[in-house]
Amino acid sequence: MVKQISVFIENRKGRLAELTGLLRQHGIDLKALSIADTTNFGILRCIVDDPDQAIGVIREAGFTANLTEVLAIEVPDVPGGLAGILDLLAEADISVEYLYSFVRTHGKSALILFRVEATEKARQLLLSRDVNVLTAQQVYEL
Amino acid sequence: MIWNRARECMDRPQLGQLQTERLRNMLGSVYKNVPFYREKFQQRDIEICDIRTTEDIGHLPFTVKQDLRDNYPFDMFAVPMSEIVRIHASSGTTGKPSVVGYTQKDIATWSELMARTLVSAGAHRNMVVQVAFGYGLFTGGLGVHYGAERIGASVVPVSGGNSKRQIMLMQDFGTELLCCTPSYALYLAETMAEVGVDPGDLNLKYGVFGAEPWTNAMRREIEAKLGIRATDIYGLSEIMGPGVAYECEFKNGLHIAEDHFIAEVIDPETLEVLPAGEKGELVITTITKEGIPLVRYRTRDITALDPSPCPCGRTHARIGKVLGRTDDMLIIRGVNVFPSQIETLLVEFGELEPHYQIIVDRVGNLDSLEIRVEVSDALFSDEVRRLEDLQKLIAREIHSRLGLSARVKLVEPRTIERSEGKAKRVIDKRVL
Repeated sequence: MVKQISVFIENRKGRLAELTGLLRQHGIDLKALSIADTTNFGILRCIVDDPDQAIGVIREAGFTANLTEVLAIEVPDVPGGLAGILDLLAEADISVEYLYSFVRTHGKSALILFRVEATEKARQLLLSRDVNVLTAQQVYEL
Repeated sequence: MIWNRARECMDRPQLGQLQTERLRNMLGSVYKNVPFYREKFQQRDIEICDIRTTEDIGHLPFTVKQDLRDNYPFDMFAVPMSEIVRIHASSGTTGKPSVVGYTQKDIATWSELMARTLVSAGAHRNMVVQVAFGYGLFTGGLGVHYGAERIGASVVPVSGGNSKRQIMLMQDFGTELLCCTPSYALYLAETMAEVGVDPGDLNLKYGVFGAEPWTNAMRREIEAKLGIRATDIYGLSEIMGPGVAYECEFKNGLHIAEDHFIAEVIDPETLEVLPAGEKGELVITTITKEGIPLVRYRTRDITALDPSPCPCGRTHARIGKVLGRTDDMLIIRGVNVFPSQIETLLVEFGELEPHYQIIVDRVGNLDSLEIRVEVSDALFSDEVRRLEDLQKLIAREIHSRLGLSARVKLVEPRTIERSEGKAKRVIDKRVL
């Protein structure tokens, strides 16, 4: 399963730059990134090449962070590509907490990260329907 | 005006005699009926008969709020429960409140003290008195209520909150005297301005304000905005409730009802009794209370005693306006709040060592409370909804325990200022 790093970030000037600077300093490569924000705080979610090292570095620097399991799914880059996946999950009564897409510069398919409430169940379901669910290693090496 | 001239203006030597007599009776009662005091006296080899005058009071042990909690709920009571007709409670530093019980006679005494307070503030029997202190376990509402009834005024027990209704009742009932916290009085003045009511068109003439510290500057503001005479009232539930001390028309200190209480001021560090005029912690012994008499109760309030004669004719000594505390208790909108209460609550949310900060401010004359909580790994969730729910749940829990609405804000770890490794728990921005 793909490990995503989630970091609590207060809405303060320069705070995001501090985090990304920290990753740069330790040579950690950001593969995907998304930020959910509210009036007071935000949650930064990211995929990196070495999540175990990264979480150590981030916590060491005084951030509150945790690791969350997410699914990385290859979705055909055609109209309805994502809809098909969401239909499958909805039929199986699996709700999606959030999703965001990979930062990619080439390729004919989109890579989407899913946070669902029943990760393993969702993975089995999607695999059984021939959806390309990427392994953790595949994602970290992208 | 003076409600009880015989008592309030009693000769000091006569007053001293009365105090001695009452003190000895009271000590006899607690020795006989309260195991806590009997043990304390025995441990210190104190014989009641050795306490001959009020001067000897210094030999007696102190009582602190913790003693009330240790004897929760009723073990400090000096009479059987069949004699108790009323129970009040105030918040404590941890879960359990401190509980006080009143006999029928205690309620009569309390009503008498509040009658003195209200009459001193300008009340009389042909007057509508609006009580906007909270009614309930808090002593404010009911304390004032009984005093106002005692003098025969027409009491409106509206309790706190709902400002527009408060103003409507003032208009329609012709309220002449208002009782509430001073910050609420200012808030009402603002609400009047908002809804277009001119205080000059009201019948309002007097205000009795207390339950939280306030300055003379605030008094001038209230008097100017509402066009009334504002007087201060002091009390605490452990001793009686409101009416323990009250201002007269000279507004130069609060007369402490010395026929019912013996007041001392001590150095909170050395516990030595300080001479008149010196600032220290107010210590009160109740000498007529039956339900829960207290010996040398440490109020934690900082003030000084002034026994000099007052031009109003009252002989009872005065205490200065109480503007500080010797502990970390905060008074927010009239509610006693200890930082440890917030801490206890956060521990229940899964925080072993919560780092938090209490920020109190006065916004538009009403106290505002913000709690900043550092998000630890234990509290953190990757989902926005959960974190927002957490803020709401903490706020709801604060409201249900303290009766105060608070804004809860999650902040990053180590963002709360620490001094010598300990976080600075309280920032009180209110200017007093």
